[in-house]
Amino acid sequence: MDSVTEHAKPHQHNEHEGHAAEGVQRSDATATNSASQRSFYKSRVAIYPKLVHGTYRRLKWLVMIVTLGIYYITPWIRWYRGPGMPDQAVLVDFAHERFYFFFIELWPQEVYYITGLLILAALGIFLASAVLGRVWCGYACPQTVWTDLYVAVERWVEGDRAARMRLAAEPMSFGKLRKRLTKHFIWLLIAFATGGALVFYCADAPTLLHDLVTGNAGTFAYAFIGILTFTTYSLAGLMREQVCTYMCPWPRIQAALIDHETLSVLYRSDRGEPRGPHKKGQPWEGRGHCIDCNQCVAACPMGIDIRDGAQLECINCALCIDACDEVMEKVGLPKRLIAYDTGDNIERRLAGQKPRYRIVRARTLLYAVLLSAIGLFMLYALDTRATMGLDVLRDRNPTFIALSDGSVRNGYTLKLMNHADHARELILTIEDLRHPAMTAIGLEDAENVSSVPVEVGPDTVYPLRVLVTLPPSAIHSRSMDMEFIMKDPKTGEESEVHTVFLSGDLQQ
Amino acid sequence: MATDKEIDSHSGTETTGHEWDGIKELNTPLPRWWLTIFYACIAFAVGYWILMPAWPLANGYTHGLLGYHQRDAVMADIGKLQSFRAGEAAGLDKDSLEQIVASPKLLQFAEAEGKSVFGDNCAPCHGSGAQGSRGFPNLNDDDWLWGGKLEDIQHTITVGVRSTSPDTRQSQMPAWGRDHMLTPAQINDLTEYVVHLSHRPADAAAVQRATKLFADNCAPCHGPEGKGSQQFGAPNLTDNIWLYGPTRADIHDQIWNGHGGVMPTWGGRLSPETIKALAVYVHSLGGGQ
Repeated sequence: MDSVTEHAKPHQHNEHEGHAAEGVQRSDATATNSASQRSFYKSRVAIYPKLVHGTYRRLKWLVMIVTLGIYYITPWIRWYRGPGMPDQAVLVDFAHERFYFFFIELWPQEVYYITGLLILAALGIFLASAVLGRVWCGYACPQTVWTDLYVAVERWVEGDRAARMRLAAEPMSFGKLRKRLTKHFIWLLIAFATGGALVFYCADAPTLLHDLVTGNAGTFAYAFIGILTFTTYSLAGLMREQVCTYMCPWPRIQAALIDHETLSVLYRSDRGEPRGPHKKGQPWEGRGHCIDCNQCVAACPMGIDIRDGAQLECINCALCIDACDEVMEKVGLPKRLIAYDTGDNIERRLAGQKPRYRIVRARTLLYAVLLSAIGLFMLYALDTRATMGLDVLRDRNPTFIALSDGSVRNGYTLKLMNHADHARELILTIEDLRHPAMTAIGLEDAENVSSVPVEVGPDTVYPLRVLVTLPPSAIHSRSMDMEFIMKDPKTGEESEVHTVFLSGDLQQ
Repeated sequence: MATDKEIDSHSGTETTGHEWDGIKELNTPLPRWWLTIFYACIAFAVGYWILMPAWPLANGYTHGLLGYHQRDAVMADIGKLQSFRAGEAAGLDKDSLEQIVASPKLLQFAEAEGKSVFGDNCAPCHGSGAQGSRGFPNLNDDDWLWGGKLEDIQHTITVGVRSTSPDTRQSQMPAWGRDHMLTPAQINDLTEYVVHLSHRPADAAAVQRATKLFADNCAPCHGPEGKGSQQFGAPNLTDNIWLYGPTRADIHDQIWNGHGGVMPTWGGRLSPETIKALAVYVHSLGGGQ
């Protein structure tokens, strides 16, 4: 339900307040989404953030262009990997169970690299939070970026805050319907493009685009586009600040990552209070610099009042800084009454001390050390990553076979993995057993031999069933330890897998 | 008792008018999102009744406008699968067993099909890993009663053992003791002789006494050296593998009672191509010759 609580007059002085400084508007915007105002039993009160101009608005436009650019362009970047390999730089290839990221290629068996990457991402955001507060929420979170984009569209179609509020209060008319339809249509287009871009990460983008347009793409592609269209439209268009206030766990977690010396968007109450309307020419002595014009509230996409202090609903988007700066400039006071500051500094200034900014603190140091340690470990792990691997599954049914001459046979299914981009000849041998005879099913000249050469193609898993036979003289226990050794004679690289040879109670 | 639209003063919500010991029930409306989904489900259900098979009738059911039939869908899926496999299936049909084994693609196909068919038809007796059990041969080892070559295995599966086919593999170990063909003492001596044949310590005097007995009664099938004969399905008595058990008691029991199992005739029940696949699978278990 839209409720109009203000009648802003964009290009004239507010009559009731008389003689405020040239160009200063007053807004009777209320912080409808602040904890004290909102009720769980009330429907959402719509928020109409007002456009501001300034450093942070420009920065946010820039971040929006960069992040959206990364999102839309990444799947189209090409990266040559050799013949027969996908040439998409970033590709999550579910069908072939591979993840490609520029020069890195991960197999499902190496999913721990993703875990490491997630740990790095978590630590990175911890560090960013400890130093710069909710910088993720304010600039880079997809919810923020897309909501910002949707608000921009809304503003473009329906006008700024006051016009939007007037439109909401109007009864339905042809003009209102046209504006609303235009807005929702553009929103849906953006949502569709968002969903459409995601699926390009999971298949060869040019091929998929062709298939999508000609209607030949898989059901999954269409389904995921549909799902993402729906979520983007509803999260960024309809739910907006409610996602951050009610759905997202991150604001709650973040409270534990931020301390008194973290830079956050704060109202400098030491300078602003006591606040009150100010008429042009009045002295500034004996009062605070906040003229209570409410422009910070009108600009807030979260529907809060930054002057209430740091609060869960605040995503630190810094738009109120720009809103306030515009006013401060007009009334001839220094900018940054609302600024990136620390709670500690506000207290220090009140106590007459010099403000200080300590980026190196126990907390930031710990995050930085952990981040670089894990980062270095990951780089090391990636650099020394094995280019081949061996898995051994021993037969369980039957566990062993007694042969007519008293020897015993065990069966094993081996998975020979070659991560390299070229075919390799790998030599399979057995250690720790006396006189083992290997028979590799399906290979030529591999019957009762002591070593088996296997040609494994590029970037493949080669399944091989191997039967191992031991003469009675070599059997001394029901279960004997043994090792399969896979060696690349060219590079000397070796994989070793421990397993057992079972013979049960044969001595009858 | 109940008055229309009584409003609870504390919450401002309408009550249902029901009262228990001074406590009144609030008439809290259902959440709108819930109601929307609820009505959407009803609308969906009505559409479903019209389009899809839905209501049981006295003689059948409502078919629905789309004419959807689950069995047709299954048959279409099976048809798709069959056409997908057509190449390999044709290869299985016309190629010889040797050709199948020589072609990696056909071999893989035959092994996969054989494994599945084995699980359905053979596993109840031979075990899911073809490891067999007492009286049911282990198909993994290298000891074959009727031969371990591809053609032998194919033939055994097709005709069965002691079964209904006129060509069935046929052999009968006499019940030497039960049918009073030999005396209990002679059977004891023969037991020692068989133990001796498999290179285990045995009573030398008994072995001496049984030598002629074995030559007269057993050698015609098992051979003079007891190495058996795949022509007669007579097991090799000198090796380490015993269908009815390796101990003296087991051997004695077998000479006395002459056990012999039955394997069904699969020709006619399974198609020739399926039997080919089964033969390839059994041969690939490791004991094939």
